[in-house]
Amino acid sequence: MGVVSAATLTVQDLSWSPRRGAKTLLHATNFELEAGRVLGLVGPNGAGKTTLLRLLYRFHRPTTGTVRVDGEDLWALHARVVAQTVAAVLQEQPSDFALTVGEIVALGRTPHRRGFGGNTGSRDKDIINDALDRLDLHGLSDRHLGTLSGGERQRVMVARALAQEPRLLILDEPTNHLDIRHQLEVLDLIRNLPLTIVTSLHDLNLAAGVCDDVLLIQAGRTVGFGPPERVLSEAAVSDAFQVIAQREQLSHSQVDHLTFHLQNKGTTS
Amino acid sequence: MLVVSLSLAVSVGAVPIPLGTVWGVVLNKLSPGIIEETWSRSREAIVWEIRFPRALLAMMVGAGLAMVGASLQAVTRNPLADPHLLGISSGGAFGAILALLHTGLFIGLLTVPLMAFVGAVGATLIVLGVSRFADATSADRLVLAGVAVSFIIMACANVLIFLADPKATHIVVFWMLGGLGLAQWGQLIYPFMILLMCSAWLMMKATGLNAMTIGDESASTLGIPVARFRLAVFVVGALITGVMVAFSGIIGFVGLMVPHVVRMLVGGDYARVLPGSALIGAIFLLWADITARTIMAPEDMPIGIVTGLVGGVFFVWLLSRRKSGV
Repeated sequence: MGVVSAATLTVQDLSWSPRRGAKTLLHATNFELEAGRVLGLVGPNGAGKTTLLRLLYRFHRPTTGTVRVDGEDLWALHARVVAQTVAAVLQEQPSDFALTVGEIVALGRTPHRRGFGGNTGSRDKDIINDALDRLDLHGLSDRHLGTLSGGERQRVMVARALAQEPRLLILDEPTNHLDIRHQLEVLDLIRNLPLTIVTSLHDLNLAAGVCDDVLLIQAGRTVGFGPPERVLSEAAVSDAFQVIAQREQLSHSQVDHLTFHLQNKGTTS
Repeated sequence: MLVVSLSLAVSVGAVPIPLGTVWGVVLNKLSPGIIEETWSRSREAIVWEIRFPRALLAMMVGAGLAMVGASLQAVTRNPLADPHLLGISSGGAFGAILALLHTGLFIGLLTVPLMAFVGAVGATLIVLGVSRFADATSADRLVLAGVAVSFIIMACANVLIFLADPKATHIVVFWMLGGLGLAQWGQLIYPFMILLMCSAWLMMKATGLNAMTIGDESASTLGIPVARFRLAVFVVGALITGVMVAFSGIIGFVGLMVPHVVRMLVGGDYARVLPGSALIGAIFLLWADITARTIMAPEDMPIGIVTGLVGGVFFVWLLSRRKSGV
């Protein structure tokens, strides 16, 4: 990638409900993420992770509060300008309309194009090639998306996001549906990108291993924000996920590892 | 290929006319006196007054409907999207029938295309409303909503026909089945202008159409105002469809079929899919018209029957291919 820098992300008093008077899905949320940090967003299903992410990539307009990237309110800027700074890798499955991998990655240049037409400049080509290289997709660039495996598709979507040259990258469950090797590869890539990153993750141990900070939310409210070892305490995780969580140390690597059990297993209730 | 098809379309018919005569007449019309006239007046009339405008209309209708289909498929992310299946054609027909049989041509020749456009936009909005109301944004359900709305609108259109003067209805019913026989030079300018403007607009939006295929939210993270863009494409699609319906009746399945064939030939990039669809759509409809005119010669079979037959079979094939997950 060319010269990219990371952005700071400031979330102030951010809340959201679908309509006036409807149930609030995200209650006032505050946090600040320094440039270049990786934030893991964790919480049980329906906690509001996707809602928060949608607010961060400017799909939902906040009911209250602001999202600022490098101090600029996302909704004070044009969508195209925001798209030059913020990119997202989502769980949406692209329909197969016979676009090739190269063409999909090239879509990442869309917000940087001036005026009309789809012609690609030489700088655009370099950036697209870089993104394909980084995700090890060069051999696949003429293949149709429909012919790829789930892991390959995910890499295509990450490459497309990188071609946007974002300074803030948002990922929604990037390891979903991936086998272990591809999970590790995606996380390794995230770890090493010189960007500010926000990613939702199901696997708390993966989150603890990859993220600088973790935001734990439950029922639309922030339960904790900070370094993983502090936020993902036995008590907080047990409460948020309605399980019994235990922190153990793996004997070989001496790394902390959470294990989980159902609460009423073996007890009478 | 297009030129060959066009020449054949003019040459073939109840009165066969040699290809040489066809181009002789055309060249002579474009620049009088260039070729010595070796043909009779009546043949000249057949070529220039009847078959040539008809072939040009076939090309425009084919190109227009194919581009509309291709664009709708992108913004709905639905490989089954088609102006006919989504009820847009029916809306157009309803508007045109209303103008032809009931309101009269209150603003002259433009009345029918304009009313057809209004009907097409109305049908579009109803279909989008129904699909949202029924929470039916998935591919197959949008088509179901379209078919349902299409049935209702056609029923209403049939009421209009039933209520009208029996003498006029024969022409309307015939026109509704799809026919290019009414093409006249004086009227071709309207579909031509609309087609030119709308296809230019769609071509400018080719990147946006590509982006829409990867998903609404992903497209919006690329800076595309998704809801507004989709609505704009639907309105432009309704404009083309409405005008084409006004001049040629309901010709189904062109918009469904052609873009799929084009994608197999040139890939999925809309910068190529749109011009490809226009070209293949034009050629396809020329041949459909030749078939319709010759199969029961000297009678004109409505062209909608030909495209319906071919398209219906294609639709079944498309469904089975989707099921096998290719």
